[in-house]
Amino acid sequence: MEQVKSKKTASSGLSVLDFRRGLKDGLPIGLGYLSVAFAFGVQASMLGVPWFMSVFISMTNLTSAGQLAGLTIIATLGTIGEMILTQLVINSRYFLMSITLTQKLDDSFTLKHRLFCSAFITDEIFAVAAAKPKTFGVKYFHGLSLCPYVGWALGTLFGSLAGNILPAFITNALGIALYAMFIAIIIPPSITTKGVLPTVLIGAGLSCLIYYLPFFDGISTGLSVIISALIAALVMAAICPVKNQE
Amino acid sequence: MPLLEMTLMILVMALVTYIIRMIPFVFFRKKITSTYIKSVLYYIPYAVLSAMTFPYILYSTGDIYTALIGTVVAVIASVCKRSLLTVALLACAAVLIFGFII
Repeated sequence: MEQVKSKKTASSGLSVLDFRRGLKDGLPIGLGYLSVAFAFGVQASMLGVPWFMSVFISMTNLTSAGQLAGLTIIATLGTIGEMILTQLVINSRYFLMSITLTQKLDDSFTLKHRLFCSAFITDEIFAVAAAKPKTFGVKYFHGLSLCPYVGWALGTLFGSLAGNILPAFITNALGIALYAMFIAIIIPPSITTKGVLPTVLIGAGLSCLIYYLPFFDGISTGLSVIISALIAALVMAAICPVKNQE
Repeated sequence: MPLLEMTLMILVMALVTYIIRMIPFVFFRKKITSTYIKSVLYYIPYAVLSAMTFPYILYSTGDIYTALIGTVVAVIASVCKRSLLTVALLACAAVLIFGFII
């Protein structure tokens, strides 16, 4: 440990990816999560889940779609098998994201850190981290994860406590927050980077096709997302390969 | 559902979710050199997020018309390069305001 040769990576004044920088990058995600988790808490309380259970779900899962599906299974008295299968399908996208992120990790990620940090891979944390042009270290990832994690837990707490008080027009409006955030992640690179816009259009198009065509009625939401996304990414990687990417 | 059973369900849910994230993160140590696979991994987040958003965003507010307005506002705000938070708040506000008008 003593002979770490001050790895300051000679960054010529450019943004160093340290804890503070991670915190800054994570802050908007955390604030966004506050409102999304709030909506989750509201929904959970309306389904009769006690507030401490809702917070427990959020603090152990940290995933929007998976939690919502899990909540439905709990509310409808589903089975453990149903729960496992649903989570596997809906959250399998994290598997892909996790593989992608391994390409961005520097040597500071030891086994211990990998075991810990992997719990914080969410769509938004992934999107921000994966968009970094260079590799990053443990400290940056810790900083990046902190605000989203706290925001997610706090938002759930507030939502489940306020759930029965808040009028429907407010909770309805909060329902769009998460999706709006997704749009904010995919649109800017669609404009600036070649190949991203067609990827987005194919992904969205296939997803709509599966949703609306009666032929695909048996396909669950989670599976539909994976099928649509994989086809879009596989096709676009063949048509428009990305070069010079660290 | 009784609390004990609910706790068990939540723990199972958490464990499955964690394992999916953890396995590649811990066991995948190689640098991928294939341009094709690198390109697939590059496109994956955008493909996943777009497939997760459409058409589901249209049903996120309980009313397809307010959702449509919210979607349009989110797209415009994103084109104008607003931050994640701003885009989310503007979309919520649009749904809220438009909900009163119609």
